[in-house]
Amino acid sequence: MSEEIKWESQSDMPLMAMSLGRMTVNKTGSWRNLRPVIDKEKCIKCGICWKFCPDVAISIDEEDYPVVNLDFCKGCGICATECPKDAIEMVKEE
Amino acid sequence: MQKVMMGNHALSWGAKLSRAEVIAAYPITPQTEVVELLSNMCADGSLKAEFIKVESEHSAMAASMGAAAAGARTFTATSSQGLALMHEVLHWATGARLPIVMGNINRAMAPPWSIWTEQTDSIAQRDTGWIQIYTSSIQEIMDSVIQAYKVAEQIYIPTMLVLDSFVLSHTNENCDIPDQDKVDAYLPRFENAYRLNTDKPAAFGGLTGPDWYYELRYKIERDIQKAIPLFTETGKEFGEMFGREYGLVETYKLDDADVVLVASASIASTARPVIDAMRKEGHKVGLVRIRVFRPFPSELLRKLLAGRKKVLVIDRNISFGMSGAFYAETKAALYNEKKAPPMWGYIAGLGGRDVPLNVIRDMIEQTIAEEHPEGDIVWIGVKR
Repeated sequence: MSEEIKWESQSDMPLMAMSLGRMTVNKTGSWRNLRPVIDKEKCIKCGICWKFCPDVAISIDEEDYPVVNLDFCKGCGICATECPKDAIEMVKEE
Repeated sequence: MQKVMMGNHALSWGAKLSRAEVIAAYPITPQTEVVELLSNMCADGSLKAEFIKVESEHSAMAASMGAAAAGARTFTATSSQGLALMHEVLHWATGARLPIVMGNINRAMAPPWSIWTEQTDSIAQRDTGWIQIYTSSIQEIMDSVIQAYKVAEQIYIPTMLVLDSFVLSHTNENCDIPDQDKVDAYLPRFENAYRLNTDKPAAFGGLTGPDWYYELRYKIERDIQKAIPLFTETGKEFGEMFGREYGLVETYKLDDADVVLVASASIASTARPVIDAMRKEGHKVGLVRIRVFRPFPSELLRKLLAGRKKVLVIDRNISFGMSGAFYAETKAALYNEKKAPPMWGYIAGLGGRDVPLNVIRDMIEQTIAEEHPEGDIVWIGVKR
């Protein structure tokens, strides 16, 4: 895939803001104030949270449960709002 | 091939000869015929391009940017309120370094509604980082599209071609349409080194912190300055191939001139017979027509204007609260010169008011008669 690109001077850069870090290395999870916590007891594995996540930060594990990638989750809470079983709680980051 | 055509169609022909691959545009008076003819050319297959119909000028520029990012040679055209609506995306096209070429027909801004010529629409976009060329004949419009791509694509800076509403856009002149083979030799296919490429995925235009944003701005300024020698070089090459040479400025009877008139666009064309007539009466007057306004040809203007007795600048635009733009920038370029001449700034022709021979003559005569300019704006012919 891609690795992180280190620059020393303007001559190392392309002309526009391009690959200033592909999103695989430019981690945006540090913006998060609230973290989604999934209650597996309530989860019915419908995949609605996976579908709605605007940052594609939710994947599905081998048992079909959603898993949040905290490197990219910005804590917007859309998954918690959309969950039909209230199985996702937004917990304050310490 | 010789063909009589209007200025708007000269823009369309310039895009066709440049083999534009994508055209995304929204019609607006007085630009409509540019898009009409291009649409016809795409429909009858004489131009192999994708024509994208959009719902606004903002979308026209956004679609042009998408096409240019994919590596296509892209053309669009607009005017006045449409250009103003594009404003946000004009900055984006420069920052994303997309060498789009756009025609803008100078039309006065509303209110009150006007469709007649004035440069304030394009002058208001001078800080977006687009190259700006102000044309003064139908032939020059067509030729400048081809030259614009050649310059823009070497430095990845978008370029705006500017022409007067009606005076140029709807005036018919005989045009020499160059052979396609020769245009192809002058303007080869564009290979965008930074185009979207699924084999090399990358993030474009992402959030950039204070640690590198400054460097990206530095590079835009460094590269737009390269257009100064490029316009001279590519203009000379155009002259060798097609017999019509173009530069940053055009001079007329300048060599021994004491009093120099600086103007742009069609006013500069009208000024030539005035200069001829006044020369016959013994006045040493000359003309500098500024063709490329961005990047501003400061160094060349210092060379041409320092040491003259008097300079007058005619602006068909106004930056309210200051002066005309060509005046302000010409004066700024000369400020550090030891032999900077006193400079008069005339505002004329706003909203399409005619600027005929006698009005230009009045301005030159007033400049000759006065000892020193008073203020930054001289109004001419206001009904008081």
